Amino acid sequence: MEDKLVIRGIEFKSRLWVGTGKYKNLEETKKAIEASGTDVVTVAVRRVNILNRDSENLLDYIDPKRYKILPNTAGCYTVEEALRYARLAREAGVSDMIKLEVIGDEKTLFPDTEGLVQATRILAGEGFIVFPYTNDDPIVARKLEDAGAAAVMPLGAPIGSGLGIRNPYNIRIILETVKIPVIVDAGVGTASDATVAMELGCDAVLINTGIAGAKDPITMAEAMKHAVIAGRLAFRAGRIPKKLYATASSPIEGMI
Amino acid sequence: MKIKVNGDIIETTSTTVSSLLEELGIKAERVAVEVNTIIVKKSEYSRFNLNEGDTVEIVNFVGGGQNDGR
Repeated sequence: MEDKLVIRGIEFKSRLWVGTGKYKNLEETKKAIEASGTDVVTVAVRRVNILNRDSENLLDYIDPKRYKILPNTAGCYTVEEALRYARLAREAGVSDMIKLEVIGDEKTLFPDTEGLVQATRILAGEGFIVFPYTNDDPIVARKLEDAGAAAVMPLGAPIGSGLGIRNPYNIRIILETVKIPVIVDAGVGTASDATVAMELGCDAVLINTGIAGAKDPITMAEAMKHAVIAGRLAFRAGRIPKKLYATASSPIEGMI
Repeated sequence: MKIKVNGDIIETTSTTVSSLLEELGIKAERVAVEVNTIIVKKSEYSRFNLNEGDTVEIVNFVGGGQNDGR
């Protein structure tokens, strides 16, 4: 059976989305992304180094023809900043997609959800395909959907924390609350965390630090690929109910 | 004339965005340009004039996933 993820007419072959930050170098970035099997990578928008023009360009390693480039507004703490970065990202000319971050606090990197809803509404109105990074709050998810988000990206846990899916029940409620895709963004520390997110019924998982920060990022990228596939298959297969006592799986009949 | 590019004041003879990019050795297709906080469309690079004291930002894509700070 076909099980494709399609968002606003864009077909995503992989349900694992990968960030490109924190790798040792661009060669490692490239290898990890290849090992992950992903077809969508997030990138940040930053100043070109005008003094040292020898610095390598990310897009020399990550071919925009092969990968869907999802620019983000990482580092933005106000609606105005996020809008500025989103518009620059679009003008840089790879796509109308934007992973929208409006950060509320430096220590937790939790989103400023009020600003996020505002920025989502404005950018959706300008024709952007908006993927807001949000809290695991079903009410905010609904507001983002109403504001025109293409999907919602609730955190599993704080960015870079590796704490996994801290509130699976809220993620489930978000899945029941919105009709747009739900993509867990942030918090995934190891393969089982990604599987948990997918078993809950999430449409995809975005991982950066969980891969880039591993001792061997390339092997972890491959682990995450299998974890996401396994979790998705288990979700579609439908797990057995949890029970307190045993249920024999061998027949009683025919015993001597 | 002097203009500010990505936070640094530089001396330039370029009078348009496209000549500035050329002077700096930057390929236009992979960047976005702001002049005095106004985004300049790529199609306008060759006729968008630069003036003394302008503030220019030239950005591109770098590695990043979730919030990586500034």
